Amino acid sequence: MKFGVITFPGSNCDQDMVYTLRDILGMQVEELWHKDKDLKGVDFVVVPGGFSYGDYLRSGAIARFSPIMSEVIEHANKGGYVMGICNGFQILTEAGLLPGALLHNNSRKFICDNIYLTPQSGSAIISSNLDSQKAYKIPIAHGEGNYFADAETLKRLNDKDQIIFRYCDAEGHITEESNPNGSAENIAGVCNAAKNVFGMMPHPERASDFELGNTDGREIFEAMLSLTNA
Amino acid sequence: MQSAIKGELATLEQAQEMGLRPEEFDQIKDILGRTPNFTEMCIYSVMWSEHCSYKNSIKWLKTLPKEGPHMLVKAGEENAGLVDIGDGLGCAFKIESHNHPSAIEPYQGAATGVGGINRDIFTMGARPIAQLNSLRFGDLSNPKTKWLLEGVVKGIGDYGNAFGVPVVGGEVFFDESYQVNPLVNAMSAGILKVGEMISATASGVGNPVYIVGSATGKDGIQGASFASKDITEDSANDLPSVQVGDPFQEKLLLEATLELAKTDAVVGMQDMGAAGITCSTSEMSAAGEVGMNIDLDKVPLRQDDMKAYEILLSESQERMLVVVKKGHESEVVRIFDKWDLHAEHIGEVTEGNTLNYFQGGELVASVPAQSLVLGGGAPIYEREYTEPAYYAESKKFNIDQVEEPKDLVVVARKLLAHPNIASKKWVWNQYDSMVGTANMSTNKPSDAAIVNIKGTNKAIALTVDCNARYVNADPEQGTAIAVAEAARNIVCSGGEPSAITNCLNFGNPYNPEVYWQFVGAIKGMSAACTKFQTPVTGGNVSFYNQTANPDGSAKPVFPTPTIGMLGVLKDKSLQTTLDFKYKGDLIYLLGESKNDINSSEYLASILGVKNSPAPWFDIDEEYRLQGCVKSLIKNNYINAAHDVSNGGLYTALVEMGLPNGLGFDIVSDADVRRDAFLFGESQSRIVVSVTEDYEGEFIDLVGNHGVSLTLLGHVTQGKMMVDGDHFGFVDDIRKIYDDSIGNEMKK
Repeated sequence: MKFGVITFPGSNCDQDMVYTLRDILGMQVEELWHKDKDLKGVDFVVVPGGFSYGDYLRSGAIARFSPIMSEVIEHANKGGYVMGICNGFQILTEAGLLPGALLHNNSRKFICDNIYLTPQSGSAIISSNLDSQKAYKIPIAHGEGNYFADAETLKRLNDKDQIIFRYCDAEGHITEESNPNGSAENIAGVCNAAKNVFGMMPHPERASDFELGNTDGREIFEAMLSLTNA
Repeated sequence: MQSAIKGELATLEQAQEMGLRPEEFDQIKDILGRTPNFTEMCIYSVMWSEHCSYKNSIKWLKTLPKEGPHMLVKAGEENAGLVDIGDGLGCAFKIESHNHPSAIEPYQGAATGVGGINRDIFTMGARPIAQLNSLRFGDLSNPKTKWLLEGVVKGIGDYGNAFGVPVVGGEVFFDESYQVNPLVNAMSAGILKVGEMISATASGVGNPVYIVGSATGKDGIQGASFASKDITEDSANDLPSVQVGDPFQEKLLLEATLELAKTDAVVGMQDMGAAGITCSTSEMSAAGEVGMNIDLDKVPLRQDDMKAYEILLSESQERMLVVVKKGHESEVVRIFDKWDLHAEHIGEVTEGNTLNYFQGGELVASVPAQSLVLGGGAPIYEREYTEPAYYAESKKFNIDQVEEPKDLVVVARKLLAHPNIASKKWVWNQYDSMVGTANMSTNKPSDAAIVNIKGTNKAIALTVDCNARYVNADPEQGTAIAVAEAARNIVCSGGEPSAITNCLNFGNPYNPEVYWQFVGAIKGMSAACTKFQTPVTGGNVSFYNQTANPDGSAKPVFPTPTIGMLGVLKDKSLQTTLDFKYKGDLIYLLGESKNDINSSEYLASILGVKNSPAPWFDIDEEYRLQGCVKSLIKNNYINAAHDVSNGGLYTALVEMGLPNGLGFDIVSDADVRRDAFLFGESQSRIVVSVTEDYEGEFIDLVGNHGVSLTLLGHVTQGKMMVDGDHFGFVDDIRKIYDDSIGNEMKK
């Protein structure tokens, strides 16, 4: 499995993702530039977090027009894996690869904190191989992470098993208090109908290094990799 | 010569309006051998402002200890201090104030403070990896304070979060002395390979000079002069002096600059902060003993018809001055093109020491670079100082003058809810503290922030400290305590204190009583930095922080010499946390309990006594204590270490219990009043938790260091007990402690 991590102007989690995939998980990683016109043969594209183009308009609204995004869309349409974290999730919704939108947090404030996630989809590789009874402690850091979709879309996401993570408390209960940003149905991440494009607001790459005292994010990557490499 | 320079001659009135003193105007005439034109006078007015010239502080700053075994550059020589941390790596770090802009436009003021300090780090070729900040505001219940806090925190957050460097630590303190004039001090630390530092020096006659980054606009003109005068009711009229920040441009500038740093194309580089093009061209030229010809027509502008002095003095953000090796121009242009940034060739390095600025093909200013800068021709003043009456008055306070409150449980709750003691979570949750995946303190809390140096076995420890109430009570001792506390925080976290940067926030230096505070602070800092072998690598001075009353009198802020300290963990496994780990662990106090409530939060905020001496402090005892804790950590004898500071022993114990929801059962000292035992802030005390199995070895080692030791009690499941009295459960206290500031902000 060869990964590609895209750098947009304003990306700031790109090197964290490269470090996690390459140095911690031992994966082969290609660093992709937003002006690149091909994906250099990668199997799995990661759109990292940050503030692409400053996010002065709407988060992710400009990045989707970068030259590389048409390659990413083509890759996704052919069934290739794509994952967006945080700003990457916003970019994938803006590009139409994932349903819904990310609105301002209901607190109207940027929030950086450890939160808990409970894995949901049993059919998407990013969550299917995880312990459904465990609450995974993963950091968030965003101002626009309030997941929104209309009722019909939400129903479809539920029916088609496209919700990959929901916010929960430390015991795994999905409660209003454990929803950090006002997301519909505590949704922290979704995938597309074909289950090859994933997006999530929390940062598993920030919980992957043993030195940081929390490796719950690494478990998410490893569980997924054991399926893709199988 | 004079006839060749275009422009109206400046008048004394204009010079005074720009903040120059009559004797300074005469001095300029002597240097030039003629009357300066308006543009030249503007150049001197900003370069000789307090902010750029340090004219009223440099005499004393020079007395600070600057030598140390790990120093790679001398204080003031480059944009930031640089310390060898081993493995071929250096750490560049610095703290800087942005007080005046934040007082009138908190959001942009704070944001550009963050931008400026990070540029100081990456202009040296170091990638910033951690930020801290030290903030001070008036009474939090005042609506103006809420507006300022809200704006400053959002400004720091929006800029730093987008820029992508984590905020790993800081402090927030409230006192009415900061009501009109808050303090916003921002610190950044970056890492570079030793030998790859980029110097802020121009050299090589004929080498091209580039301006890179953002275009130049009319924002922030004369910000340096604005920073060098009193804040008054009319300060809002100075709004155009406030700069506007763009973190996205800064992020691009960071990446482009570090890419450029890897090439052979750069001779020298300096960021444009205060006094913009003027300051960067003059300081780089003076450092390299060269001159420059600069064509202002080539500078990319945001608006038409900017006058020469506006271009020269603009403090538009996210710009750098780069001296490029002749023949390497295309490399520079290629890299900045890649990042969609301007890189414009605006001039050349020349022989001699004259800065010639041209506009419309005509010479509009011609000044000797050396005459403008600190250490060159900028004025140096000795200021008078006198001991203020309040100092002797405060010393008269005695604990016996106040009665011990009957219900200390109530006092304890009030204290934990006080904004100076309560969790600052409302503030720091708005900062990205984890980007960069190197913050080792997120899940393992300690007194100083620990930042991983990836690819090595090392980490760095960072902290900012200053209890300004102590400094006000006794500038010399209070500042020594600030240094000692910073070192104590680093030692408790497993680090070795290495060096400091300082941000000296004071009132008007022409007020002899304010200057007395300043001199005392420098003396105290010198003594403590010498003792702890933490040389001063640089920093900044911010005077004129005060409230000017309509009747002409002024109330200065508490003297606030913020200490930013860097420490090194040679081995990451030395990292030591502050949280209680196991029920049943023994709780010991290292250092002595004293019958001392001087200048404590308890005395000032609960009992309402504002004037008292600084708390007890003995620098030799402090030094022994820190040595003792270092060897306890090396021998792995303790499970947690936390220093006793603001809020006293009780607050320290609660803070140790909160992370894992554990409590404590302790007994007090019969020789010390119970309120002093629990809430007093006498110095040189550290609480540790110890497993019973190691108790013998632990006691022996502490004894060898000659440090006094008291068994306080043990860690409980969650109940907090003092002398058999129930002080509540830690999980109930958590709500008070965590939500106090957030609840106040909602009011």
